[in-house]
Amino acid sequence: MANQSSLGLEKLRASAVLKEAGLASLVALVLALPLIGFRTVGGGDGLSFEFRWEALVVSVVIVFLGRSLVTAMHGVWRLNRFSLPGFQRFGSVIERRQVLLILGIIVLALLFPLMPEVDRRAVDLATLVLIYVMLGWGLNIVVGLAGLLDLGYVAFYAVGAYTFALLGTVYDWSFWGCLPIAGAVAAMFGILLGYPVLRLRGDYLAIVTLGFGEIIRVVLTNWVALSGGPNGIAGIPRPTLFGLEFTRRTREGHSFHEYFDLPFSGDHRIIFLYYVILILALITNIFVLRIRKLPIGRAWEALREDEIACRSLGINPVNTKLSAFALGAMFGGFAGAFFASRNGFISPESFTFIESAIVLSIVVLGGMGSQIGVVLAAAAIVLLPEALREFSEYRMLVFGLAMVLVMVWRPRGLLAHRRPTLMLNPSRPIAPK
Amino acid sequence: MAYFIQQLVNGLTLGSIYGLIAIGYTMVYGIIGMINFAHGEIYMIGAFLSILAFTMLGVTGVTWMPLALIMVLLVAIVFTSAYGWAVERIAYRPLRGSQRLAALISAIGMSLALQNYVLLTQGAGVKTLQPIIRGGVILYATGNFTVILSYIQIFIILLTILLMAIFATLIARTALGRAQRACEQDRGMATLLGINVDRTISLTFIMGAMLAAVAGMLVTMYYGVIDFFMGFIAGLKAFTAAVLGGIGSLPGAMLGGMLLGLVEAFWAGYFSVEYKDVASFGILVLVLIFLPSGLLGRPDVEKV
Repeated sequence: MANQSSLGLEKLRASAVLKEAGLASLVALVLALPLIGFRTVGGGDGLSFEFRWEALVVSVVIVFLGRSLVTAMHGVWRLNRFSLPGFQRFGSVIERRQVLLILGIIVLALLFPLMPEVDRRAVDLATLVLIYVMLGWGLNIVVGLAGLLDLGYVAFYAVGAYTFALLGTVYDWSFWGCLPIAGAVAAMFGILLGYPVLRLRGDYLAIVTLGFGEIIRVVLTNWVALSGGPNGIAGIPRPTLFGLEFTRRTREGHSFHEYFDLPFSGDHRIIFLYYVILILALITNIFVLRIRKLPIGRAWEALREDEIACRSLGINPVNTKLSAFALGAMFGGFAGAFFASRNGFISPESFTFIESAIVLSIVVLGGMGSQIGVVLAAAAIVLLPEALREFSEYRMLVFGLAMVLVMVWRPRGLLAHRRPTLMLNPSRPIAPK
Repeated sequence: MAYFIQQLVNGLTLGSIYGLIAIGYTMVYGIIGMINFAHGEIYMIGAFLSILAFTMLGVTGVTWMPLALIMVLLVAIVFTSAYGWAVERIAYRPLRGSQRLAALISAIGMSLALQNYVLLTQGAGVKTLQPIIRGGVILYATGNFTVILSYIQIFIILLTILLMAIFATLIARTALGRAQRACEQDRGMATLLGINVDRTISLTFIMGAMLAAVAGMLVTMYYGVIDFFMGFIAGLKAFTAAVLGGIGSLPGAMLGGMLLGLVEAFWAGYFSVEYKDVASFGILVLVLIFLPSGLLGRPDVEKV
C-alpha cells in the first residue's frame, strides 16, 4: 500500500519534472533564438546575418537536461541547498577546528615554494592568490566588519600602485621605503572620499565608491604627464632583501646570489616575492584579528548591526566608519604597491571595475567577516579561471554564472560567519534572514 | 549662443536615453530595494536585438520607415523583456529576503555572464548600422555655425516623452501600478491583501527591460555603433541619474537623466571630452552631500 502510493507519487513527480523542464526549455528557446540562433556579421557597408540552428538546439537541450536534473533533485530526491550532504557541517567543522586549520594553512603556505614539485609558475600563481587574499582581508574590514558596501576598492589599490611606481621611477626610492607611504596616501584618499559620503545610506555609498573607482581610472588614463596615460609606467624597482637585489649583476654592492654564494637563478626572485606578500598578508590578518577586539573594532561590528542604537550609545558613526574606510584603503594601498613592484609595470588596464567585483565577491563568497573564507574564496576565484584556461573563451561566462549560483545556493557565503564577536545571549542562534 | 543651443539639443537627446534606462533602475530599487546591476546589460541586449532586427528587415526588403520602426521596436521589446524576466527569475527571486549583499553579488555575476554571453554569441567587434533616419531641421544659423535639430533627435525626445506619459499613467491609474506602489510600501501587507507580489515584481522587471530595450534601439539609431561592453558605463550613468533624481521616483529618474545628459554635453562641449564622466560623478557627489535623498526623492525616515 505504502509502496504503491509512493510509486504513484514518483510517477506524478516525473511528469511534473518533465513539464517544468519543458517550460524552462521553451523559455530558453525564446531567449536563445535571437542571440544564439542569429548572429549579425559584417560591418562597414551593410550587415547581414547567419542562422545557427545547431547552437540553438544544443543550448535548448542543455537547459532541458539541466532543469530536469535540478527539479528532480528538489522534488524527487528531496535535496535542496540546505540539505546537500556534507556541506552542511563543513562550515561548523571549520569553525571548531579553526586554530588547527589556520596553523595548517600557514605551515603549508610557508613550505609551499620549497616543495619539490612546485615550479616557478605555481609559485607565481600562489603569489597572485595571496595578493587577492590580502585585498580580501583589507576589504573585509570595510564590508565584513563595518558593513559598508564599497564597490570601488580597486581605486585604493591603484593609488597605492601608482604612488610607489612614481616614487620608485622618478626618485629611485626603494620598495620598503615607499610601502608605508603608499599605504598612507591610499588611506588619505579613503578619508577624502569617505568624509563627504559616509553620512549617506549604504547604497549611495556603493554607487559613489563605484563612481570614484571609475574617476581614478579615467584620470590615470588621461593625465598623461603624471601617469603615462594608457601606456602606464614601466621599470618599477623590485623589492630587495635588506639591500640585496635579485638580479644577475648589480651596479653597486652585491646581489642576492653573490652574497650567499649561490648560482644565479630567476626563481629566487619569484620565491622572495611570494614570501613578501605572504608576510604582508599575514600582517593584515593579525591586524584585523587584533583590531576586532579593540573598542574601535567592536564599534564597527556594532555599527553594522544597528546604527541607531550605536548613535544613542554615543558612538560617532561618521568617525567610526571613516576609520574602517581608511584602514581598508590603507591595506589596499599596500597590496597595490606590492603589485606594482611584482609586475614592474602598471597601467590603468589593471585597475578596472572587474577587479573590484572580484575582490568583493571573494569577501562575500567566503562568508563576510570570515578570514578563512576569504582564503578559500580567493584560491577558488584565482584558480578557477586558471583551470578553465583551455576554455578561455568561456571562462568569464562561467565565472559570472558561478557567482550567481553560489549566491543562490548559499546566500550567506561559503563559510557563513557574520556573528558579532560579542553577544549578550550567545545561545540564541541568529535567525536566518 | 548657437553652440550653446546645439549642446542643449545634444544633451537633451542623450539625457532622454539615460532617463529611459534610469527608470528601470529606479522602479526595481523602489520595489525590492536592490541595485539591479545587470540592467545595463539588458539595455545592451536591447541594442543588439534591434540591430539584428534592422538587419533582417534590410535583407527582407521592408523599406517603409514607420512599419520598419514599429517592427524593430516590437522585436526588441518582446525579446529584451524576456531577458529581463529571466534574469529576475534566475538570479534574484531565489535570493529574495536574504541579505542585500548576496543579491548584489548575484547581480554583478549576472552582468558579467550576460556581457560574456553576448561577446561569445555575437563577437567582440563593434557593430555598425547605417543611419536610418537622415536629415534635420536647421534651427538657427549664424555665419559659421548652424544649429541642427536632426529628425532622429526629434524622434528620440518625442518617443521618450510619449513613453513617460504612458508609464506615468500606468503607475498612477491602473491596478498593476497600484499593486506596484503597494509592494513598494509594504510587501508583507500587500501579500495579505491578495496581491501576487512575485508577479508584480516580475512585471516591474519586464517594464524596466522594455524601456531599456527602447533606449537600446534609440542608441543604435542615434550613434549607429554598438558593442558588448556598452552596457556597463551606460548602466553606471543611468544609475547615477536615478540617484540624482531621487531613487524610487519615476519623474526623478527622468529629471536626473536629463540633467546628467546636459552636464555631460556641456562639459564635453566647453571643457574636455575625456573628463566628462568625472564631471557627472562629481555632480552626483555634490547633490548627495547637499540633498541626500536626491532631487525629487522622499526623505528617508529612520525608525528603530
